[in-house]
Amino acid sequence: MKQMMAAALVALCAGTAGAFAEPVKIGMITTLSGGGAGLGVDTRDAFLLAIKKSGNKDIEVVVEDDAQKPELAVQIADKMIQSEKVDLLTGIIWSNLAMAVVPSVTAQDVIYLSPNAGPSPLAGAGCNANYFNVAYQNDNFHEAMGQYANGDYKKTFILAPNYPAGKDSLTGFKRYYKGELAGEVYTQLGQTDYAAEIAQIRASGADSVFFFLPGGMGIAFTKQYGQSGVTIPLMGPGFSFSQDVLGAIGDAAVGVRNSASWSKDLDNEANKTFVADFQAEYGRLPSIYAAQGYDTANLILSAVAKASVTDKEAFRAALKEADFPSVRGKFKFNTNNHPIQDIYVREVVKEGDVITNKIIATAFTDHSDAYAKDCKM
Amino acid sequence: MQIPLLLEQLLNGLQFGFMLFLMASGLTLIFGVMGLINLAHGSLYMVGAFACAAVAAATGSFWLGLVASLAGAAAAGALVEVLVIRRLYGRDHLDQVLATFALILIFSEGTRWLFGSFPLYLDIPPLLGGALTLPGSAPYPIYRLAIIGAGLLVALGLYLLISRTRLGMRIRAGEADREMIAALGIDIRTLYTIVFALGAALAGMAGALVGALQSVQVGMGEPVLILAFVVIVIGGIGSIRGALFGALLVGVVDTTGRLLLPLALSSFISPSAAASTGAALASMLIYVLMALILALRPRGLFPAAAG
Repeated sequence: MKQMMAAALVALCAGTAGAFAEPVKIGMITTLSGGGAGLGVDTRDAFLLAIKKSGNKDIEVVVEDDAQKPELAVQIADKMIQSEKVDLLTGIIWSNLAMAVVPSVTAQDVIYLSPNAGPSPLAGAGCNANYFNVAYQNDNFHEAMGQYANGDYKKTFILAPNYPAGKDSLTGFKRYYKGELAGEVYTQLGQTDYAAEIAQIRASGADSVFFFLPGGMGIAFTKQYGQSGVTIPLMGPGFSFSQDVLGAIGDAAVGVRNSASWSKDLDNEANKTFVADFQAEYGRLPSIYAAQGYDTANLILSAVAKASVTDKEAFRAALKEADFPSVRGKFKFNTNNHPIQDIYVREVVKEGDVITNKIIATAFTDHSDAYAKDCKM
Repeated sequence: MQIPLLLEQLLNGLQFGFMLFLMASGLTLIFGVMGLINLAHGSLYMVGAFACAAVAAATGSFWLGLVASLAGAAAAGALVEVLVIRRLYGRDHLDQVLATFALILIFSEGTRWLFGSFPLYLDIPPLLGGALTLPGSAPYPIYRLAIIGAGLLVALGLYLLISRTRLGMRIRAGEADREMIAALGIDIRTLYTIVFALGAALAGMAGALVGALQSVQVGMGEPVLILAFVVIVIGGIGSIRGALFGALLVGVVDTTGRLLLPLALSSFISPSAAASTGAALASMLIYVLMALILALRPRGLFPAAAG
């Protein structure tokens, strides 16, 4: 239904070419239309920014819109591999799309780098040498919030949509949280009115609320929570309070704590450059999706400089070294090609007129995932 | 289970029902008068929300935004009627569904082109902020009470418009026999444009009122559209009274089901399993209700007088 959204982009800046001056073609399948488009747009923009800044003229990126539909993503992946002959694939935001695309892509011996989704099957028994997750395993942020909640809270009310990533989220939270649960509620996917759940939260006697409601659901919940007069503190994974939605939530988000592997105030050179360049290029603050897209591009650039993309074995080894300046500070791959990284707790703050996040604590240092032990690679 | 919580949830159900009514009333009006299935009704809801958010951001006033949402959605509705819908009245429902589905895509991408891919900010007006204390000491947001009030006003206004005015008389006549009223010298084309714009304005108002509670983003109209169709099928297609009772029934059943089913299940399975099974069952509840009502009354609760 959707036609090709954007054609090829060739980096125009003059500069140094990699050690191997052969062309590299990257296929990016991401969500550029529909309600979830903000996430894909940030991923794409940051990815293209990193390629442009590198000055590497041999890299060509083909971008197509999956409209957040698994069947469309599968079609685009087949087309990119078979008729456009891409060397690498990346870009998918949503776990259900990743589950539809990644296994068949890696089985065709094409390398896939995930800039966001990290469903647990692909981290455990279904891991693959051709699959690199540059973002996180899905449970990670929720685990971090569970760990952090132990310090302050004893009776948490937990809430997520009734679909696989929602269940992974509450499972992840409960894996590290030691207190009592005041309630556990699953909402409908796409639900927009949360008055009933908010009344339950107030009546439950909870001392805190943990919720995972990505995209518009989280905006609706947080606004309605703010309007309801309930003052029990909220916390959640960074997705619910990422830069792409904070503007729409407004002041209701201020003070909320959330977990993420990145924040714009993270103190390292690569991050400072990234935040400044992204703002200069696009006139807005980057989100975590942008940070992950930027890291994915820089990881690819680092591998291109070391090995030929046609020599799969050498190229995979070069990727696995993760020898690139990550905006997250330190970054390395575990045995299952998923990140080992620090996960922070952030607080939503108001800087002038802009609502954004600030790091207040570190929940985990060098955190990996619970599934790596099942991965036989 | 405390009584105050149950009362509060009933109120939440009513409020959700009135929210659905604002959307369903326009949809059923358009279907009743013109026999048109308008899938793009959700897009007009989105247009209302975006118009309100944009004007409220520019002027700082929610009320100006609300006016803009009515005007913007009515204008978009009238434009669409003249350019596209007018050619569809004689066609069968499949053609109407195809054309109005195309309109959804055009509106969605057009909105993205104008406003970008990120959700917009729209807050409730300060006048309606805060909460009232219900009996049983539970605070209840004033804005949600205001939505109930707005729904009641719209219901009353539509009743008066249709039963007491000349335009309403023509609308009823158009429902009954469109050839005859054209033969009597009434400009049926203009009448249809007016009715379509009125339905669009109601959708736009719903979008603005609800946009302040939820997220103003591309694609926000489609989930509501599905519920609105359930409402008008339950109420009887073409009947405003049916839309009102159907909406309230769906609102109350959905809200109390979400609360009570997990509670009921938790007495015999583990809380975690009860939460997810209860949620799954609750999401089916309104469709079960629709099937039951259709089995007993195939034309809905209040079938429109003339089909």
